[in-house]
Amino acid sequence: MADSNLLSIEDLAVHFPIGGGMFSKPQMLRAVDGVNLSIKPGESLGLVGESGCGKSTLALSILGLVDPTRGRVMLDGKAVGSEADRLEVARTVQMVFQDPYASLNPRQTVRRTLAAPLRLHGVSNEGEVADRVAEMLRQVGLRPDQADLYPHEFSGGQRQRIGIARALILKPKLVICDEPVSALDVSIRAQIINLLLELQAEMGLSYLMISHDLGVVEHMSDRVAVMYLGRIVETGGWREIFEQPRHPYTRALIAAIPDPLTRGLAREKARGEIPSPLNPPPGCTFNPRCPHATDHCRSAPPVLSPVDEGHLVSCWRAEEFAKEPA
Amino acid sequence: MSINMPLLQVENLHLSLTTDAGSFPAVEGVSFEIARGETVGLVGESGCGKSITALSIMGLLRHPLGLSGGTIKLTGQEIQALPASELRALRGKRIAMIFQEPMTALNPLKPVGRQIAEMFVLHQGASWNEAEKKAVDALTQVKVPAPARRAKDYPHQLSGGMRQRVMIAIALACEPDLLIADEPTTALDVTVQAEIVDLMKELCAARGTAILMISHDLGLVTDICKRVCVMYAGRIVEQQDSEQIFNNPQHPYTQGLVASLPRLGMRALHGRRKLTEIAGVVPGITAYPGGCRFNPRCNRATEICKQVVPELEPLGDGSLVRCHHHG
Repeated sequence: MADSNLLSIEDLAVHFPIGGGMFSKPQMLRAVDGVNLSIKPGESLGLVGESGCGKSTLALSILGLVDPTRGRVMLDGKAVGSEADRLEVARTVQMVFQDPYASLNPRQTVRRTLAAPLRLHGVSNEGEVADRVAEMLRQVGLRPDQADLYPHEFSGGQRQRIGIARALILKPKLVICDEPVSALDVSIRAQIINLLLELQAEMGLSYLMISHDLGVVEHMSDRVAVMYLGRIVETGGWREIFEQPRHPYTRALIAAIPDPLTRGLAREKARGEIPSPLNPPPGCTFNPRCPHATDHCRSAPPVLSPVDEGHLVSCWRAEEFAKEPA
Repeated sequence: MSINMPLLQVENLHLSLTTDAGSFPAVEGVSFEIARGETVGLVGESGCGKSITALSIMGLLRHPLGLSGGTIKLTGQEIQALPASELRALRGKRIAMIFQEPMTALNPLKPVGRQIAEMFVLHQGASWNEAEKKAVDALTQVKVPAPARRAKDYPHQLSGGMRQRVMIAIALACEPDLLIADEPTTALDVTVQAEIVDLMKELCAARGTAILMISHDLGLVTDICKRVCVMYAGRIVEQQDSEQIFNNPQHPYTQGLVASLPRLGMRALHGRRKLTEIAGVVPGITAYPGGCRFNPRCNRATEICKQVVPELEPLGDGSLVRCHHHG
């Protein structure tokens, strides 16, 4: 099949054995359990979910840092995994981390942090390295003369710019942004969001935007996937997801936002807390928290099925939620 | 004592940070009042002084932070200079506080039921036996499932949301007049946050407990509070009705904040617009600019803003703003 997707994830599962000893079998933590996703060149996909839903494991498997238990990750037509060419994967996909304080080496100057990937990938001409570092710093809104400073000499927002520069210096096609603004001061966030969008347009990047902040996801994404306990429960265009959410979990996420603007959008909140992924409930994994759960939901797991062009929902009662407002 | 007397009056509060390099104003001239049963929010970014303002009300400031001026009155009585023993009697009984991270605020070595029971023993002179029964009731009220069994659990056996429920049970055990909540849901997942917020609102409304809510999340504060004070670099820059803060902010900083937030629903309403950026960074406490502290980042700043500290000016509708060029 000719694949126009930059990234396609097919039935990906990542299971981790937990505990176990000489006489006991380890328990299986199904961090990611049967995920299908794709991203086209230049597209941004927002990935929404709460802690423990598997979004970080999913990111790691796209980077080739954990091996899938089942299924595969195809990046630019080639499978990612322990057999793949590590350097080639790194040239295609890079990551921007949440915490710009923890993700930069405090003992390296910005120049060293940015030059390292270039050297590793065969740019050995000193003049070219210096030029590309300077150009990259300009692109993220820093001055080239700041290259010889250390991370502690920058503010949080500037450090995140350095983190972005490091991710982009190899000119990757896909950038995974894991909560790129949530560690920043509120008044700084807009600067970084605007920068990411400008760079996307300039460099034709694809983004996988991982965030729990639905406002950020709506602003930055073309399509959105909602993840709960290792599975995608709803996916579609940003309009479908935020204006006609079908899955009760998506609705609960929207209802949980304390903003007067969204008050009318969805009202039904989720009850209780996220169950342990070590021991997920039978049937639909959202059923213990769902205001609409029936006996059927408690016994049979629903499958992700289309309700509309490009809008897929994993809920037994998705059809019923089509007309009524959330 | 007049019936109309505010529950809490903070007047011209000054807090300072003392270091080897000298003394710096962490909070300067903060004044606000909270009536009985009223809900007031204190919003600002990290380092703006909102949390230490709360700690000073609780009498919990420790070196290098200290109170350098102003008064804090609880139903008319000054409490900022009370001896430690009298403050201890006040804390938990009349003013209670819940913190951001329940795992570090709870004692990891005691069952949670015991930690709630402590409140009844310390402040109401109950016997331990009696107090532990009351603790189970308290857990029931914060909607912890299987409260009798949960009371025997240690904090590490509970989820983040359950721990925060325990914190709320401890805080509200003695029916305080004022609950101070410092970022109570920041460590929680969004759907759990929504439940905890609803629980706090419900319990406090039923008991007539006033809330001082401290957060960086403007949306969250307006959801809980009737009135909001916005802090920037140690000063209150605006006080508004919650209903008004998103629609009609007056201070350039508040206006910038509201315009810079990518709020869900905006893209559907207006399409994808470039977010308004607030230039520059939040100044550090050792390098506060003169005049209005927002002036280096403000697009309306003029010469006077660099020279003269603006007064907190009433706008007639009960709101206050500290800006030479507000509106």
